Amino acid sequence: MRSRVLATIAGKELRDARRNRWFVLFAAVFTLAALGLSVLGLSGLGTFGLAGFGRTTASLLQLVMLLVPLMGLLLGAMSIAGEREQGTLLTVLAQPVTAVEVFAGKTLGTLAAVAGVVAVGFLVSGAFLASATSLDRVGGFLTLAACTALLGGVHVGLGLLLSVWAGRTATAVGLALLVWLTVVFLSDLGVIGTAMVLRLTPGQLLWVSLMNPVQAFKLVALPALHGTLDTLGPSGRYAADVLGPWLRLVMASVLAAWMAAALGLAAWTFRRRGAL
Amino acid sequence: MPHDALHDCSPAAALSARRLTKRFGRLTALDAVDLEVARGETVVLWGPNGAGKTTLLRCLLGIVPYEGQASVLGLDARRQGREARRLLGYAPQEVRFPIDEPVSEVCTFYARLRQVEPRQADALLDEWGLTALAATPVGALSGGMKQKLALAVALLGDPPILLLDEPASHLDVATRHELMGLLRRLAERGKTLLLCSHRAGDIWRLAQRVIVLRQGRKVADGPPEAAAAEIGGRAILWITVLEGRAADAALVLSRHGFSVHPNGAQLWVGGTIGRRAEPLARLQEAGIPVLDLDVESEG
Repeated sequence: MRSRVLATIAGKELRDARRNRWFVLFAAVFTLAALGLSVLGLSGLGTFGLAGFGRTTASLLQLVMLLVPLMGLLLGAMSIAGEREQGTLLTVLAQPVTAVEVFAGKTLGTLAAVAGVVAVGFLVSGAFLASATSLDRVGGFLTLAACTALLGGVHVGLGLLLSVWAGRTATAVGLALLVWLTVVFLSDLGVIGTAMVLRLTPGQLLWVSLMNPVQAFKLVALPALHGTLDTLGPSGRYAADVLGPWLRLVMASVLAAWMAAALGLAAWTFRRRGAL
Repeated sequence: MPHDALHDCSPAAALSARRLTKRFGRLTALDAVDLEVARGETVVLWGPNGAGKTTLLRCLLGIVPYEGQASVLGLDARRQGREARRLLGYAPQEVRFPIDEPVSEVCTFYARLRQVEPRQADALLDEWGLTALAATPVGALSGGMKQKLALAVALLGDPPILLLDEPASHLDVATRHELMGLLRRLAERGKTLLLCSHRAGDIWRLAQRVIVLRQGRKVADGPPEAAAAEIGGRAILWITVLEGRAADAALVLSRHGFSVHPNGAQLWVGGTIGRRAEPLARLQEAGIPVLDLDVESEG
């Protein structure tokens, strides 16, 4: 792969994202919501002291789990299917480039767009928090930001996989929304149901729940914010007991594995399918 | 794989295909097509819509999976696709660039992909009369201007071989004339041209050879005069009938000895020397309304 070609395609993908009204809307909502949560969270600082910081970051966590997967899935889903449907992908692949270079360039551009929005949202929120509280817990905040970027990457990968597989943009976007509903809302119910029917042990429950990347994100983000994993039930307590100090690293690796698997499968499918 | 397909494509040829076959599910879009285009030759691929012309170009570009062999100046289109595509300039039938991108941005993007200096893109825009439109979004261009832009992009990097899919299909008469002049100049400069067309006329005048495709098979390959004879004489009518009546109209005209190729709601009607008015009368008799008529210049 040639870096100049990758940079050219990634740059175009970033420009396309900037022109995409959904992306602009997500960026605006995420930044404003992050700032709003910071302001609201710290409004009771005098009363709650440092608890205000925790409250703000916990609210940010909820915001991240809702918005970032949706943004990654939709941007990924629109990326390749949209170009294939318009026919522009064919013109790009007719140039002296390989399918893998095109896929990698588009992936890098989409990842950069999502990471950019996450960075802006966290910078705005972080700057406000830093101005109003001590910097004791900045490490946790930065961990949350990094894990959020990773969560975005996982969902960009899943969105790209749907995009290369689906014949039409509408199909890819519809499937992306279905995946979002599943990982954000339905998965917990599914895990609870499975646990009750199959009488899973806490260990089995943990591995079943890791089939949802958002769960892995919770397991890495909550300890970073000095939150307790008890809120995640027996699987959370089990993870804390078994993995101990390795919990964050293991869960970050789970997220990275999710991203690598989704992107790898998407690249393979794209290479096989070609421009049509 | 058939034995013939194992033979190497000729390294001397600019473009070469051996038993090239492409299937989309049950549909065979290309059926064991052999093709050879010499360096500097201008060849027209002729056939109605669905004949396999566009698919053949995509196979030569190595951007769709296929069976058989295809090569570009001796490079395997599939295994050495990137190197082969460096030698090819391609303009698709429907010009497909992002509609909200300015012309200059489109050119710069493709120049970078071809690892060409951006000033060459500027020079091409200038040569094609597109400099004044550099800041205009592609979506605001006329059909002719979009086609010019596609050709300018195809010429980035000065590739020795051009694959142009229906290059004149969306052009008005003046722009079409201009395009023919440019293609002639490119041919004189030694470029190898493979042009797809579902119409005869002026494009054929450029050709040293015409390859006729029908339902994915090569049915004729020779000088334009011979190809014209093969597809039914030199006098050609384009008749447009109501959507859904083209098949009936084709049946009526074939019964009366005309050579007919339906192309959507249009019918290409050959073999009309001395009886050009007759197809209209026959269709009227059969109760098939004719919406439009175009008489194409001969051979």
